[in-house]
Amino acid sequence: MEQAQDVSPKERPRWVSGVIPYKEMGYYRPDYEPKDTDILAAFRLTPQPGVDPDEAAAAVAGESSTATWTVVWTDRLTAHENYQGKAYQVLEVPGTDPKQYIAYIAYELDLFEEGSIPNMSSSIIGNVFGFKALKALRLEDLRIPTQYLKTFQGPPHGVVVEREILNKYGRPLLGATTKPKLGLSPRNYGRVVYEALRGGLDFTKDDENTNSQPFNRWRDRYLYCMEAVNRAVEVTGEVKGHYLNVTAATMEEMYERAEFAKELGSVIIMIDLTIGFTAMGSMSKWARDNGMILHLHRAGHSTYTRQKTHGVNFRVIAKWCRMIGVDHIHAGTVVGKLEGDPGAIAGYYATCRDDRNPHDPHLGHYFDQDWIHMPGVMPVASGGIHAGQMHQLLHYLGEDVVLQFGGGTIGHPMGVAAGAAANRVAVEAMIQARNEGRDYLKEGPEILKRAAKRSRELQAAIDVWGDVTFDFESTDTPDVLEMPTPVS
Amino acid sequence: MRITQGTFSYLPDLTDEEIENQLSYGIAQGWAPSIEFTDDPHPRNVYWEMWGMPMFDIVDAAAALHEVRRCREAFPNHYVRVSLYDPTLGRQTTALQFLVNRPDDEPGFSLDRLETADRRINYTLRPYAARKPHGSRYGG
Repeated sequence: MEQAQDVSPKERPRWVSGVIPYKEMGYYRPDYEPKDTDILAAFRLTPQPGVDPDEAAAAVAGESSTATWTVVWTDRLTAHENYQGKAYQVLEVPGTDPKQYIAYIAYELDLFEEGSIPNMSSSIIGNVFGFKALKALRLEDLRIPTQYLKTFQGPPHGVVVEREILNKYGRPLLGATTKPKLGLSPRNYGRVVYEALRGGLDFTKDDENTNSQPFNRWRDRYLYCMEAVNRAVEVTGEVKGHYLNVTAATMEEMYERAEFAKELGSVIIMIDLTIGFTAMGSMSKWARDNGMILHLHRAGHSTYTRQKTHGVNFRVIAKWCRMIGVDHIHAGTVVGKLEGDPGAIAGYYATCRDDRNPHDPHLGHYFDQDWIHMPGVMPVASGGIHAGQMHQLLHYLGEDVVLQFGGGTIGHPMGVAAGAAANRVAVEAMIQARNEGRDYLKEGPEILKRAAKRSRELQAAIDVWGDVTFDFESTDTPDVLEMPTPVS
Repeated sequence: MRITQGTFSYLPDLTDEEIENQLSYGIAQGWAPSIEFTDDPHPRNVYWEMWGMPMFDIVDAAAALHEVRRCREAFPNHYVRVSLYDPTLGRQTTALQFLVNRPDDEPGFSLDRLETADRRINYTLRPYAARKPHGSRYGG
């Protein structure tokens, strides 16, 4: 049989054993027109110096679908063109050094198991991110075709049903994470929960690493928290909840904790992203079967979502989480202490909540995404936010959001309940002003000042935190220049 | 106690003018106002009595406010709430809801604890007023 090294690349037949460029194996197809049923991906490539970007894109397409590093004759037993990922467009990102490119890749629907994000993520991000020919690689966005989307049930309840369960409409929901998140005994922990809920919050929350430590075992914590929740319901006449974190080392333990939360009458439980996509899927099913709202903390995501040139953009994680099915997901604050460009965060919120996400470079949406009425996920804003920012929070994040003021409730000089009341007065005053047609973003501080005249709690909050801002440059922003959309 | 259901319960009770402003906002969004009343304020009492039908085709907030006043006059010692319903695809739910009347005296709730094994407690919430028959609560 002919050997690859005996012929020049130009003349070399496709099926000769040896290494040939991915481009020549069919993974670069600038003529390809994506089908409506294809899964489309936008990757940000930073090739090593001297590497042809089209070849780099073809390599990503190849390794995330059928290819290996060398020619294999067994491809010929298949209709290989069908199964090959196809890099159909590679665009230079203007003004980048070293040069970055957006590579658009189309994947045949057949490549993915129905209803499985573990399968989809193993395919698309499983094997390509360590490629030596690339300096860096980032998955920016996915277009999920409706045919594939319909194999997922999505959130156990979604925004609309959650509001109906809680009987709370027309304003952001309010929450707080119990602080300090580690060290409190279950009994003391429950005190914070009670004070925050009776003061006016809708939810309190375990933190991501509040699981079952020696000083605060889960079972005792659940008992005290539910006593606190029920007491707060008694003194307000409202539905209240505490996100009981069921994150544990095994599915068996998570189910045990979730069942106990259900027995105690909790309306909501919580999981961490660190449990993995499969466990999230299992808990989603459990939550739907048991009428439990499911909160997701995105613990760990910044390790791979934050840098602009390498990793996975959070909007992809948000899409996957909506498909796997959670009711809440942390999605950024814009004005708080954690990373977040306003345009990018508006994009994440749209990904969580809207029924259609049109292509929009300012929001970081690379494709048109149709959610075909899959229920929306309630985004959660948490980390360094306070009542004095209420006008900005409402402006940037809208109404269907949980605003979580941890320090901004518990650190209040008059106590936890007063901190909660300050937040509640602020949000209600801001909604009232907005609905009355006021320019609430501009007049926000004035609106809060007026409301504070009738609320000592709000006045004290403004006095303490009124000037606190977190003004740092974002590390991850959408490209400002418009890139042409590859699909209509 | 003060029951804090509804969007504006942490503010002073809305004046009629403020109620009309909220009605105008909702109507401008294409939402239908409706008025409901109850003497059972349990937080999971979903179905309050309807004061007529939802006002789907209303254009004038003053007319809706007129109905609020009529309902309040008929049931001065009940809870009365205004809901604004958003019928658009993808919502099909209440968009805004707030109390526009409450009894002068709100005795609140008792929290009954049924103690079971392993320190578990089954909680039941009962409005004190609900111990009397409908119509004779909150001073009739």
